[in-house]
Order: sequence, then structure tokens, then C-alpha cells
Amino acid sequence: MIVPILKQKDFLIATIQSALTDADLLRMRDDLVEQVGRTRSRGVIIDVTVMDVLDSFASRTLGAIAHMIRLRGAETIIVGIQPDVAFAMVQLGLTLENVRTALDLEEGIDQLDQLRKEQRFSAR
Amino acid sequence: MPAEALVPIFTEADIVSARQAGRELSVQLGFSGSELTVIATAISELARNIVSYAKSGEIALRELNRHGKQGIEVIARDQGPGIADINLAMKDGYSTGNSLGLGLPGARRLMDEFDIQSKAGKGTTVTLRKWRS
Repeated sequence: MIVPILKQKDFLIATIQSALTDADLLRMRDDLVEQVGRTRSRGVIIDVTVMDVLDSFASRTLGAIAHMIRLRGAETIIVGIQPDVAFAMVQLGLTLENVRTALDLEEGIDQLDQLRKEQRFSAR
Repeated sequence: MPAEALVPIFTEADIVSARQAGRELSVQLGFSGSELTVIATAISELARNIVSYAKSGEIALRELNRHGKQGIEVIARDQGPGIADINLAMKDGYSTGNSLGLGLPGARRLMDEFDIQSKAGKGTTVTLRKWRS
């Protein structure tokens, strides 16, 4: 299952559509890291609204994506973690430390716009 | 005849199958939305451990009925290398693989009942139970 990645202004939006296997998540990771360079994007939003389970592998991979993308000069925001999923993550001890999150796509875009205004994106 | 399911675990794609089977049985048993997610997450961690360490195993799901309460039992079994030091394995952050080390202690926190039987060289059996509130 390939995760569709759309370009909006100077950022990318990856919308997870359905249950992802580990391989799908890793493919999304590689696609995003590659496309950030090709599109010269400053930000990435990963929409996990549809993910009904965020386990340790998914959590670790999302964290890795955020760090890899930061190394390429862009910021990542995870949006759409559902209340039940947030509860299970906290019970499991998954913190997604150092990873920006927002409630939903709209707030994620607002956050990226705010970061751009504050010039918090790395200089290119 | 209580509802049950058996999911063989060989590849990482089977982790998703196990989660979904767990979710389906839990829905049938009338668990709430957040309980469904908790059960599916615990199953995911156990299935993941099997794939990472044992290469193959199975997840058995079973409906429970005790004193008028309904619940679900998850048994994750493998014939893998086993766990030499269970106390160490149950510590948050301890991992002999390349992971966060939260799977086993996390699964215990997520569920109501937890049991683990393992010996180096003899495989591992983890039993989880959750009761409907």
C-alpha cells in the first residue's frame, strides 16, 4: 500500500489510508526523505488519522522520519493521532519525543505557516 | 462454543493480520473503542516480538467467560530462542534487538492479566487477558 504524498505550497502532505505493514511504513519514510529534496519542501505533514494502532515500530519509524527530514532541512508534523491511539501509546510508553504533533491537517498547516513566519526553517 | 481464532505469525505482514483478528473478536465481544485499540496494540507488540526474535509462532485468541464477565485471552507462542532473564526483559527500555524495549512491559500495562513463560532455548509463551468493563 503506497502512501500518497501531495505537494502543497512548500510542504508535503502524506496521508495514510489504511492499515500499513512495516514495509509500507519504511517505503513512506524513503519516499518522504527523497521527495523533500526533489521538491525543496520546508515541511512535511504526516496524517495518521486512519491508523487504528500506533505500535512501537510505527512510533519509532515516525520518529526516525522526523529526524531524517530535519537532517534535510525540513520540519515534520504528525497530525490526527486519535484519542484511543494516544491512550494506548502512553500506556505503552511511546512518547514521540522531539516530534511535532498537531490535532489535525488544518492545525498542522497552521503550525508550518507559523514556523515559516518565524523563519524557524533551516536556511537553504 | 466460545469464539476463537488462531493466527500463524511468520512475516511482518502477519502482525497486521493478528491485530485485525484481535480487533474483530474484540468487537464481537462488545469491547469499547479504546479497549479495541488497546487490545490490538498489545497483540501487535507480541506478534512483533515473535517476528523479530523467534522467526515464527502463533497468536491464539479466545473468548473468555468468567463469573458473568466477558473477556478476551491472547496467547502468543513461539519456539524461538526464549528469554534468558525475564525480569530484565520486563524492564522498560531493555532490548536485545534494535527496538525500544517497551513491548513486553507495555503489553502488561495495557491488559488486565499478564503471564510469561520462557526459558533460553525453549521458546516463549505470553498470555494476556482483558475483561470488559
